[in-house]
Amino acid sequence: MRLILTNCKVFGNEKADKVFIEDGKIANEFPEDKADRVIDLKGATVTPGLVDMHCHLREPGGEYKETIATGTASAAKGGYTSICPMPNTNPVADNAAVISGILKKAKEADNCRVYPIGAATKGIDGELISEMGLMKEAGIVAVSDDGHPIKNAGIMRKVLEYASDFDLPVLNHCEDKSLSEGAMNEGVVSTSIGIRGIPTAAEDIMIARDIILSEYLDIPVHICHVSTKGGVRMIRDAKARGVKVTCETCPHYFTLTDDMCATYDTNFKMHPPLRTKDHLEAIIEGIKDGTIDAIATDNAPHHADEKVCEFSVALNGILGFETAFALGYTYLVKTGEITLERLIDLMCYGPSNILKLGRGGMNIGDDADLAVFDLDHEFVFEKDKMLSKSRNTPYDGYKLYGETILTVMGGKITYEKLC
Amino acid sequence: MGLKSKDLLGMKQLTAYEIMEILDTAKTMKLVISSANKKTSHLQGKSVVTLFYENSTRTRLSFELASKYMGSASANISTSGSSVNKGESLLDTARTIDMMGTDIIIMRHNQSGAPHFIAPYLKASVVNAGDGMNEHPTQALLDMLTMYERFDTFEGKKIAICGDIYHSRVVRSNAIGLTKLGAQVSVYGPKTMMPVGIENMGVRIADSVADCVKDADAVMGLRVQLERQQKSLFPSIAEYAKFYAITPEMLALAKPDAFLMHPGPCNHGVELPTAVYDCDQSVINEQVTNGVAVRMAVLYLLMARRNNL
Ligand SMILES: [Zn+2]
Repeated sequence: MRLILTNCKVFGNEKADKVFIEDGKIANEFPEDKADRVIDLKGATVTPGLVDMHCHLREPGGEYKETIATGTASAAKGGYTSICPMPNTNPVADNAAVISGILKKAKEADNCRVYPIGAATKGIDGELISEMGLMKEAGIVAVSDDGHPIKNAGIMRKVLEYASDFDLPVLNHCEDKSLSEGAMNEGVVSTSIGIRGIPTAAEDIMIARDIILSEYLDIPVHICHVSTKGGVRMIRDAKARGVKVTCETCPHYFTLTDDMCATYDTNFKMHPPLRTKDHLEAIIEGIKDGTIDAIATDNAPHHADEKVCEFSVALNGILGFETAFALGYTYLVKTGEITLERLIDLMCYGPSNILKLGRGGMNIGDDADLAVFDLDHEFVFEKDKMLSKSRNTPYDGYKLYGETILTVMGGKITYEKLC
Repeated sequence: MGLKSKDLLGMKQLTAYEIMEILDTAKTMKLVISSANKKTSHLQGKSVVTLFYENSTRTRLSFELASKYMGSASANISTSGSSVNKGESLLDTARTIDMMGTDIIIMRHNQSGAPHFIAPYLKASVVNAGDGMNEHPTQALLDMLTMYERFDTFEGKKIAICGDIYHSRVVRSNAIGLTKLGAQVSVYGPKTMMPVGIENMGVRIADSVADCVKDADAVMGLRVQLERQQKSLFPSIAEYAKFYAITPEMLALAKPDAFLMHPGPCNHGVELPTAVYDCDQSVINEQVTNGVAVRMAVLYLLMARRNNL
């Protein structure tokens, strides 16, 4: 397959206005009549395909919410070419057989490169370390008990030590569950509407612990979905003294706040919970000064029955793939907080480096993993047009910039907006 | 005449004008309750269903009598535990009741926001009879009626509320309603039972029971759930009674003509010594009568809105 993208801006190469793709790679120029297809991008911008280091595809076990096929199609629609599903499936992805099954399904769907994350402990129950070596042979790129924070510091130490033998990054969802019985951020709003609160301290305490362990052991640790100013401050300070800590945040933590829960709309319910404006501002500060290394989606599909219900009963999480780039572009780049280069860092190179995926190459001979975004025209995000099986997004009707026009993974078109 | 909204979800949703309309109507309804022939035709031909997911004797009976005194057909559904443990979802249950031609669904639920969640899906009016830790609007309205019978205005009146503030929907509804009418609300309880940011609801956080009740025009005790000891919220009944109860000495710090309220049921000897419960200043029994009156007013005004449409 030979493909030419014309009439486009090319990220990182101001002079180029075309991209040539041949045999799955970015290629030297060839004549148009040799191409299988020439696509006129009408001035849109070609960037490296995005990398999501934290998402949930729900298969195996949760196929009524999402399958690997629908989830990767949804990711491709968001401009993602590489994604890392978390292991909290049923059965848990804590052994090589489950990992191989996920990779087989991903290959069949062929919408995205799927790099699974294995469980850090067996059954993600925080007690016994998992078969990290065998899972690495099967294809995992990191370990995590996402959603089930490793509460025992002694076990966390062993996870960090054993994972480092296999050069596997450890990603921890930081939340001290003994403090976080609630369903939303603890504060003025939770008090006003009578919902039990989750204090920021629940997150900060475990971030502090993980930084201390990482520093003591001199082993890297990655903090998932940071939502608090305390977390950002501690990670910034730790990095400054050379601790090998990295972290990610998610678009909802720089676009939404806890007052949006006031009508008990469960599309604003997630873990960690939406915080107040001062925390949102601290997240943006961390994004600007480099404390935050990555923007992940924490894409979390849920069936309507699990969301259209009482607030405290509803499951946590929202869809993220199909809105992440546009939210980053609209709320961070358009507003002048960061450059497009920095956004691509956060959504491609940053996560690729943490997980050593080697993604994002834009030179001749690199894999043709590309996304094309329309940065100049506003569009209305409509949840009914999503490719996910689920519909749990709080962004329905949002006016955004950065609509995906085209996604190419290994030279294959995985998403194309029908104009 | 009538309420603006289809539902009564909380004091948050009522304007000061609507609150006064309910209280004035309730005063009239009280005459019905005290008359020999307790019958009006305000709800003739209407059907009222109480749907209680939490145990309750007095609130439920109060609503039932209120609707019967006004001539409605009424039915009761009660199920212990939340809908989650049942096969049927809350929304399915509510829709089923709605489709049977019900005009008013009175719901108590252990989840905050449960009535807010179902109301938009239903033709029937939804009355919140207590949702989790959020609100209990008719309790606040009956408390306010009890005050209104003694005050000419709420403006500048000092109301003290002591006890488990965190878990109390009664406090939230009272704080919202009373501040809307210009009263000053002070709250106090063990710090383990004080919610973060309650001062943002317009109330003052007192330093002690004494500080809370000092110069108050009305004092309200709250039921403390004895099970909360298991959650380490207070160490023992003896200690609670000693440091957090409204004792006669504490009550003496309030204004001379101040009166004592309690939403009931009361743990005698815990939040209130029996001597205080039965004292001359106690209006706790009258609150019960006012509960029926205020609920008659609410049901009537919700239906009056319909008739106006
Ligand atoms: Zn998580």
